[in-house]
Formats: sequence, C-alpha cells, structure tokens
Amino acid sequence: MNIASLAPLAVVLPILGAALTFLLIRHSRAQRAVSIGLLSLTLALECLLLASAWNSGTAAVTIGGWLPPWGIVMVVDQFSSLMLVVSSAVSLAVLVYATGQGMADGDEDAPVSIFHPTYLILVAGVSNAFLSGDLFNLYVGFEILLTASYVLMTLGGTGPRIRAGVTYVVVSVVSSVLFLIAIAMVFGATGTVNMADLALKLGDLDQGTRTLLHVMLLVAFGIKAAVFPLSFWLPDSYPTAPAPVTAVFAGLLTKVGVYAMVRTETLLFPGDTLNTPLMVVALLTMVVGILGALAQSDIKRLLSFTLVSHIGYMVFGLAMSSVAGLAAAVFYVAHHITIQTSLFLVTGLIERRGGSSSVDRLGGLAKLSPLLALLFFIPGMNLAGIPPFSGFLGKVGLLQAGIELGTPLAYALVIGGVVTSLLTLLAIARVWNRAFWRKPEDAEHPDPVLLAGPSGRAAGPGAKINTVTLLPRTMVGSTLGLVVLGVALTVFAGPLFGLSDQAARDMLDRAPYIQSVLGSDTAVPATVTGGGR
Amino acid sequence: MSVNLTLLIVMGALYACGIYLILERSLTRVLLGLMLLANATNLLILSTGGYAGLAPFFTKDTPAADYNDPLPQALILTSIVISFAVTAFMLGIIYRTWVLARQDDIQDDVEDLRVAETPSFDAEDDAEIPAETSEFPLTTVTAGGREMPAELAAAEEQPGSLNLESGPEGGTK
Repeated sequence: MNIASLAPLAVVLPILGAALTFLLIRHSRAQRAVSIGLLSLTLALECLLLASAWNSGTAAVTIGGWLPPWGIVMVVDQFSSLMLVVSSAVSLAVLVYATGQGMADGDEDAPVSIFHPTYLILVAGVSNAFLSGDLFNLYVGFEILLTASYVLMTLGGTGPRIRAGVTYVVVSVVSSVLFLIAIAMVFGATGTVNMADLALKLGDLDQGTRTLLHVMLLVAFGIKAAVFPLSFWLPDSYPTAPAPVTAVFAGLLTKVGVYAMVRTETLLFPGDTLNTPLMVVALLTMVVGILGALAQSDIKRLLSFTLVSHIGYMVFGLAMSSVAGLAAAVFYVAHHITIQTSLFLVTGLIERRGGSSSVDRLGGLAKLSPLLALLFFIPGMNLAGIPPFSGFLGKVGLLQAGIELGTPLAYALVIGGVVTSLLTLLAIARVWNRAFWRKPEDAEHPDPVLLAGPSGRAAGPGAKINTVTLLPRTMVGSTLGLVVLGVALTVFAGPLFGLSDQAARDMLDRAPYIQSVLGSDTAVPATVTGGGR
Repeated sequence: MSVNLTLLIVMGALYACGIYLILERSLTRVLLGLMLLANATNLLILSTGGYAGLAPFFTKDTPAADYNDPLPQALILTSIVISFAVTAFMLGIIYRTWVLARQDDIQDDVEDLRVAETPSFDAEDDAEIPAETSEFPLTTVTAGGREMPAELAAAEEQPGSLNLESGPEGGTK
C-alpha cells in the first residue's frame, strides 16, 4: 500500500466535486468553496504522486481488482505525474480567476452556475487521460474532457460562440471517431487494449499493419493536439469562448493530445519508423502557425496561432526519439501549459481594462496599469524565448538535441525553431507596441473605458462602468500566481530538467512502465532507440 | 478469425454515407453523418469480436473456443452512450443556431474574412515615417498607390477609416 494507489482519487475527487456543485447550483458561494477546495485537495494529492514517482519510480494501480491485461490500470510515472501537477495547478488558477470574474460581474445566479460542475468534469477527464494505462480508458478520458469542453465553449449560447462551437464539436467528434476506429483495429489485430500488453504484442505484427495502426492513432491525436495540417479548427474556435475557458483549453486540451502522441511514439510504437514525417510536420506546424499569428490583430486569435506554432516544438522533440529530445519536449510541455494559459488570462484582463482584445482598438495600457503591462510582458518574453526564461531553456534543450542528431532535416528544424522564436517575438512586440506603448488617442475607435484615464471612472456617456470593477483583485491575483509559477519554472529549471530527463529515459526504456503493469518478471524486448543513427 | 460479410458491407455503406453527409454545409445533415459514422464504428468494433458464439460465463463448462468475446460489446456500449450524449448536444446547438440565425448552415467566421480582406500594406508598420514630425509635413509617402503626407499614411490603419471624418473645410477628404 503506497501513495501511488491513491492515483484514482485524482479522477474521483473532481467528479465528486462536480456532483456536489451540481447539487449546490443555487448557492453560488458554497459552490465556489467546494470546487476550489476540492481542486486544491486534488493538487495536493498529485504533488504527493509526483514525489512518489520521483522517489520510487513507476507504479500501476489496478481498478476493481481485475488483473492488468484484462482490467483497467492507471499508471503513475514521472511524465504523467508531472503533467497532472502542472495541469491541476493551472486549472486551479483559472478556476480562481473565473470565480473572480463571476463575482466582479455580479452574476450570482446567472446560467453560468453550470460552469463549476462542467469545469470539474473537464479536470477529471484531463486527469483520467494522463493516468490511463489502457487505450479505451484513454478514449473515455478524452470523451469526458471533450464533452465538458463543448458545454464550456458554448457557455451562454451567444451567436459567435454557437458558430465557433459547431466547428469545434464537429472536428472533435470526427477525431474521436478516428480514435475509436484505431482502437477497434488495434483490438482486432492484437486482442488487447491494455497499453503495456500492446507494447509487447504490437511488435509481433507485420510492418504494414503496424504502420497503419500507428498512422491512425497519430492522426486522431494530431487533430486534438492541433498539429499543422490538422490545426485549422483551433484558431477558429478557441478565441470566442470566455477568457478563462479559452485559457484552460489552450493550456490543457492540446497538451493532452501531445501526451497521447508521446505515449504512442514511445510505448506503443518505439523505434523511428515515422520520425521523418513527424519532423516535417513539426517544421510546418511551427512556421505556418507563427505566420498565421503575424496576420492577426485580435490578441486572442494571435495567441491561438502561437499555440499551434509552439505545438511544433513539442512534436520536434518527440520526433527525435532520443533522450535529450524527449526530455526537452517534456520540459517544454510543462513550460508551455503554464505560459500559454497565463497569456490568455492576461488577455482577459486586457479586454476588461481596455474594452477590446483587438490591438487596433487598444493603446496606452502601460501607463494606465503598469501591473497589467508587467503581467503581459513576462510571459510574453517567456513565450518568445528570451534568455533567462524557461521558454529559452526549453528551446535550447530542443536545439541542442537537434544538433546532436545532426541530420540535414534536424538542422532544418533547428533553423525553423530559431526563426519561429524570432517571429513569436515580433508578434508579441507588435501587441506590446500597440496595446501598451502608444497613446490611447492613437487607437482606432477606442472604448470609453480606455479613454477614461487611470482611475477608470468615465465622465460622461460611458458612466455605467462605474458599477464594474475593472481589475478585480482575485483575477489579477490568480494571473499573478500563474506568472510567478512560470518564473518558478525558470528558477527551478535544473531539477525540472532532471525530472524530465529521467522521465524520458524511462519512457524510451519502456521496461519500468511495462513491468509495473504486467509484473516485474515480464521480459521486455529490446527496442531500437536509434536516436537517428 | 472469420468475419461476417454482411456486417462489413453494411459498415462500408454507413461509412460512405456518413462521410458524404459530414461534408455538407447543412448542420442537420452533418449531425446525421456523425451518427452514421459512430454506428459504422460500432459495427467495426463488433466485427473485431469474431463470429457470434455462446454467451460467456453462462455455464462453467462452456469450452473457451465457443465463447463470444465480451469485451467488444462492452466497448460498443460505452461508445453508444458517448455518441448519444454528443448527438443530444449537437441537436441543442442546431436548435440554438436556428433560433439565432434562422438558418441551418455552418456560418463563416467574420474575423477570418476580415483578416483575409486586410491589405498586405499596414500603414503603421510599413509606411516610411519621416524623422522630422513637424506640423507642416514636407515628405510624402506612397501608400496603397496614392501619394499622401506621411502623417495621414501613419494614421490610416485600413483604407477608408480616416475618410469617414470630415475635413477642416467641411468636405470629406
């Protein structure tokens, strides 16, 4: 009986919270207390899981006493527990932000009381996907989080949200159907859906079948992760959702797809059969994504495009299938969840303070609210990869691994990575110049809130803004917390890189994962961890 | 493992119709297409279980070769429930689209169209702003094929935005 056997609680606690908050739907104060309390408890539990995975290695929990090849298992290893901790920390910050926004707007009994249960179900789905050691359970985790995300995406049911929601729902359902087809094919070929068991049995199939199954899974996960040719749904649908919802989607949902891709590449299909196409796709994702970002004038859309673009870095690290590359990718995922979410939260604050999220209509925010400028500047520079920050460290890790690999394609990706980083800087600098540095009078059709001056009190027609707090303390506080977490990733980059290095080693070795699930006397066939040689 | 040919043909037909329908612009048809795809996939999972056999666990002395594999049926049950929830949600969305827009079609993204129509010339970024910013501009730049004072070019984000304001003499510039 060790701490890892508490892993199912990471899924059960949020679902319990969802049930409770659904009962308390008419008591918004109790609802807030329950959801924040339970999510904090989940976060504490996951920190324990991370510590246990760090100290005593991979552990598996069999659910309901059914033994592994037949029953459902949950696997806690360094990668999954790291993802759990980062995702729960981020979702807690976003939850506090969203409650702050709800309280500031005074919607005590608005239809958004459905927000809390749905949000907790989303968190449960994400945890389930990270912990699952079973392909079909992974599908169920995806469906839990997707169904919750459909509701969150169309919250309020306004015209633009319904329009964006339609695209999002249809694309997600199609990707889920593809995933289900892949599971059916995998089951037909091997007779099992347990991932550790699959890792052993997939190796016996002939090359053609293996490649087919591999490609099916990668396409299904690629849609969810928004990898280049499958990424067009994302900038279309994310920006219209409410700010906290966009933030948590940007941080978590695509990363669950990346997580599933990592498991596919390392556990199920080791070796380097599809590494070249993955590298090409990574390069295209980076470059096409960031070029899209440069064309946008709406900050939320711009950030959605940078999100797509930076998924390319993670795929790059994954495609190298070397310890250095995979470790850098793991580090980059943790960094990117935090940074992308905090940027979207700051954008929500900018929208409140400046009345718009379009850079054309903003100006002078640096003078109006220096704190807001600081909150945007730090994660912005972090995203662009300016030296002291974790974005720089993650990119350096990736570039080093790429140069170590030394193939022409790897060098092309290294160059592409540097160019993308510079173009991200350009995109962020454009936002900075317009929204923060120029005078408010230079903005096109500025909102009255923007022109009202530092106090935020409008003299004249726009007097109704007096009733709304422009920058509520809870919202600023939670954003500040996330920004500080992003900086902490920089400060503690050494231990974190150590952890992701160990995680990458274990994932490429495969033995810790398989033996923790199927028993320590299972023979694990040696894999070709070529690293491009 | 042998498979049931009828199931396979029905599955293929469902996939074909489903894919045809989700390529339509009408939301109701897209929904029908998604339902067909989900059911075709259920048939696919069913056919991975092999031929219909005896019920498992019914009596203890059934030989293992005569069992029907129960796992695919459990998987199908889960996937039916999931597609049920998604279908209900899609119907809600379709109804809402009808209430809001009085149409059943997928609508274009306004912001996408706006970005697509934006000219590649961006006055604030691309115009050559002269170093001297006096009140009496001497320098002119060529913006969008027209000669204009640099100040005007810098103020002009999109063609037409400035022209809305009337000039000092009362007429429009």
